[in-house]
Amino acid sequence: MITESATAQEMKWTCDQCRCALVAGQVTVSYMGHRFTTELPHCPRCGLVMVPESIALGKMAEVEQILEDK
Amino acid sequence: MDQSELHQWEERCIQDQPPQCTAACPLHVDVRGFIGRIQAGRWAEAVHILRKTMPLPDLLGRICDAPCETRCIRSQCGDAIRIGALERACVRSHPSPLSAPAMPARNKAVAVVGTGLSSLTAVWDLIRKGYAITLMEPGPQPGAELVQQHRALLSPGLVQGQIDGLKTLGVQLQVNVSIDHEDFPGDLLKTFQAVYIGLDSVQPAAVWPPESRRVEARLQQTGMAGIFAGGTPPSAVWQAAQGRWAATTIDRFLQKVSLTAGREKEGPLDSRLFTSLKGVAQAPAVVMTNPAAGYSIEEAKREADRCLQCQCLECVKSCAYLETFGAYPRKYAREIYNNASLVMGARTANKLINSCSLCGLCETVCPEDFAMQDLCLQARQAMVQKGKMPPSAHEFALLDMEFSRSERFSLARSAPGTDRCRYALFPGCQLCAADPDKIKPLYEHLRSVQQGDVGLILGCCGAPAHWAGRQSLYREVCDALTRQWQDMGRPHLIAACSTCYQMFRQNLPEIAVQSVWPILAHSPLPSAAGNGFSSPVAVHDPCTTRHEPHIQNAVRHILDRLGIAYEELSPGGEKTECCGFGGLMSNAAPDLAMEVVRRRSRLSSHDYLTYCAMCRDSMAAVDKRTLHLLDLLFSSAAPADPAGRKRTGWSRRRDNRSRLKNGLLAEVWNEAPAAGTGHQPFELHIPPEVGDVLESRRILVEDLQQVIQHAEAGGRRLRHVESRHFKAAWRSGHVTFWVEYAPLGDGYEIYNAYAHRMEVSFP
Repeated sequence: MITESATAQEMKWTCDQCRCALVAGQVTVSYMGHRFTTELPHCPRCGLVMVPESIALGKMAEVEQILEDK
Repeated sequence: MDQSELHQWEERCIQDQPPQCTAACPLHVDVRGFIGRIQAGRWAEAVHILRKTMPLPDLLGRICDAPCETRCIRSQCGDAIRIGALERACVRSHPSPLSAPAMPARNKAVAVVGTGLSSLTAVWDLIRKGYAITLMEPGPQPGAELVQQHRALLSPGLVQGQIDGLKTLGVQLQVNVSIDHEDFPGDLLKTFQAVYIGLDSVQPAAVWPPESRRVEARLQQTGMAGIFAGGTPPSAVWQAAQGRWAATTIDRFLQKVSLTAGREKEGPLDSRLFTSLKGVAQAPAVVMTNPAAGYSIEEAKREADRCLQCQCLECVKSCAYLETFGAYPRKYAREIYNNASLVMGARTANKLINSCSLCGLCETVCPEDFAMQDLCLQARQAMVQKGKMPPSAHEFALLDMEFSRSERFSLARSAPGTDRCRYALFPGCQLCAADPDKIKPLYEHLRSVQQGDVGLILGCCGAPAHWAGRQSLYREVCDALTRQWQDMGRPHLIAACSTCYQMFRQNLPEIAVQSVWPILAHSPLPSAAGNGFSSPVAVHDPCTTRHEPHIQNAVRHILDRLGIAYEELSPGGEKTECCGFGGLMSNAAPDLAMEVVRRRSRLSSHDYLTYCAMCRDSMAAVDKRTLHLLDLLFSSAAPADPAGRKRTGWSRRRDNRSRLKNGLLAEVWNEAPAAGTGHQPFELHIPPEVGDVLESRRILVEDLQQVIQHAEAGGRRLRHVESRHFKAAWRSGHVTFWVEYAPLGDGYEIYNAYAHRMEVSFP
């Protein structure tokens, strides 16, 4: 629902602890009792997920609003 | 809100009341819509509007005597609109051939006697309902009487054409019908199920049964069952109306349903619609070049242009919020009701409910006192009770209120060396947040001018909780304040913020409260007050003083005493406008709040002067130079150009409150700083453009510190391959904050920050 292809810049973040590049893949997001999966960059080793700014302020904010108004 | 409450709300908004012209018309012709189309040059649509309510517009449109004109609002600013003449111009230039969709036949026959306007109207209405109509003319020439009555306006050919039109729809015409025998009505009822007698063209014979000649107005039924009659008034439109009402009664009589139910609104009505004439120039009616021919198309257009297109919208014209949502309170009440009744789907009125500033201007300007603020506040309270309030709508303001109530700001002290006091200054959280340097001089000044000890209470009056519809939280705030107040010996509160004043007055009646401004106005002014200020200012009254003229007057009295010239903003006084902060509008609808304050800021080119800290900062946020009255009174504690100072940012507002508390504790009460205030774990360097982003996203410096503190203490962080910046997140309350940063000296430089409310986890 909130997947958007992360820009090239956003994929240049690495997991500092595991020293590896982030990959796009399925993660779980939840809000107000609703739970679903979507694709976001994350560390393939430790699972640290990054929410890029464009998604936090774009699609994610939109979905938050929709869920709040349900 | 239940259905009956909804109806009470809806009833109070008069925007949907008919314009006076339509209300005056026995047929309720949509005159406003009709003339509106002429104004737009859309003549075909204008005719179409006539056809919707007017029977046989080619006839009635020519001879209507236009009682609507007697109630036209335009007559107060020139002549009434010549509505009758506009109808004539319209139907002459745009004839409308009679046509009607074929209706399933009802197998019931109705006789209509006479070919006057009331009879033809009854025929027109009944044939379209599927009745078999026989039109009976006693004379040799149908319509002759009608032509006779309106010789100047109707030609025999035109009337014949209309009757021919009815015949093509299936009406049977009989001429030379003998009606002068005593059994005439009774005989008709042997063949027809109902009979209408048009008294505008037929004289009832003296030999008819007396009961058949007794007509009951409006229902148009006679004392003889099945016989109906009408058309006696000399007015053409009333003749048509009686024909129409008779047709309705006949239809119901034949269907064996109530003759009266739901017909209360037939005929001329009163209308509560208010239309302001403010700014309307006098204009006489357009003169006809050729009165015999009537208005030309061009003249009619000019005459139509004088029509005011009556509507109320007094509140919508005064309020950017009401305007933004595209309708008016009557519709909003319905939307809000539907929003609450919704079981599944999107609650589309949430934004409407939460965007109102609750300032009450609508109620002041409304001829019927519609209080949108009460409607919205009740809706918010209901949403909170049902757990349906969107969490993001007010959270930032509620967290700020919690800050104000915490040890980091809250303080209650009697005057130094006393444990009870007669007065207590309550400066309010946002004045302390925006202008902490004025609080100590103000407090000391009050101590010098008041008879009796003056204590101090730092805290929040609870307005954010009240505005957010959080009734139990608000009660909690009130109870805590009441306890503080009792412990201090029940002092008279002196409120420096008009919102606090309003909250105490409305909701804590046992606490005596007064506004600081009348006290200052009627006591010696601080020395050096007003120094260095000469240019005139424009006074902006906070919306919470709308119904407090004594506060507004006191402020002007202070200005007079200071020798400061000032002008009034219009609208002002009881019609003053909110700065966009009230009702938490700036939380729920930040863009709208900016628009609201921008509009207000454009009313005068002078620097504004206000006496509410939020009004001052809201104005400053749109670069409107604005003074707080305390800037004038305590000019030595003010910066060099107080009107030009920027809005105080969110983080600074917290720092200011904590610093103020500790400063006062140390300097006035000789006490140590409160715990948990003022400590920063490390320095953050925030470039101004990043600071602006943080402000607009309502991200505090302490949010950034939390994120970095956790990331650097072994939490997880990301690193950018090119910039080498770090990025980390931390969830605080219901929000996840992300910060992009890099070490700089002993602290960190901030490059960006953003937040979201969803929780994210892997996988």
